[in-house]
Amino acid sequence: MELLEQFVLGNLDAFETLFRQFQRDVYSWVLRIVRDPAAAEDLTVETFWRIYRSRACFDPAQSFGAWARRIATNVALDHLRKVRAEVALPEDLSQGPPSNPALQQETRDQIARCFRRLPAKLQVVATLALIEERSEGEIAAALGISLGAVKSRVFRAVRRLREMLTRAGVQA
Amino acid sequence: MNAQNDEKIRTLLKGAFPPVDDAGPQRDLWPAVLRRLDEEAVRVPWFDWVCAAVLAALLLVFPEVIPALFYYL
Repeated sequence: MELLEQFVLGNLDAFETLFRQFQRDVYSWVLRIVRDPAAAEDLTVETFWRIYRSRACFDPAQSFGAWARRIATNVALDHLRKVRAEVALPEDLSQGPPSNPALQQETRDQIARCFRRLPAKLQVVATLALIEERSEGEIAAALGISLGAVKSRVFRAVRRLREMLTRAGVQA
Repeated sequence: MNAQNDEKIRTLLKGAFPPVDDAGPQRDLWPAVLRRLDEEAVRVPWFDWVCAAVLAALLLVFPEVIPALFYYL
């Protein structure tokens, strides 16, 4: 019997083989979204737990890697939602422009803070499209949305980010 | 103009979020996955607790059904 079919039937050895084969890809993908190695490790564990729990829904004729990436994206999305709720920043970001234009670190921190205030679903798409420069097709597949939805989310993310940066005194 | 603006935002974001150091997980994650699976295995669903509570309440209210219950078990 094929490895994927054994996995669907709940064979733990088959699952471990798939884990060993795909954990690096899943970790790497999650890390690119959350940008925190410790969180990425925990979320990789969470992803594989969800994968095992949902094994009955998996079609062995399909790509395990693509399915795992989609689950990993959802896990990362849930994490960003939680983190965003925990570190809710004040609505008023107008702390004025960075005190010294030469202090680039200060500007970078402000940009990062504004970015983390974007809704999680916009953050994910903006991270993958603008920072990681992944293709729209790859992002659409990972999120299970259309290409149009990806474009729309990037557009909204850029617009909202620009508004926030302008309010924070960062020239965007 | 829009493309230029997007490029500027992209540059700003790349400056604020440097490339991640992807050396892979620092530990073997398989034991953690197994622990997570075990935790789930011993977790009793809430509905089972409700059933047990209803049964206990029934036995308290109608203790005369206890022998019949044992008979059918």
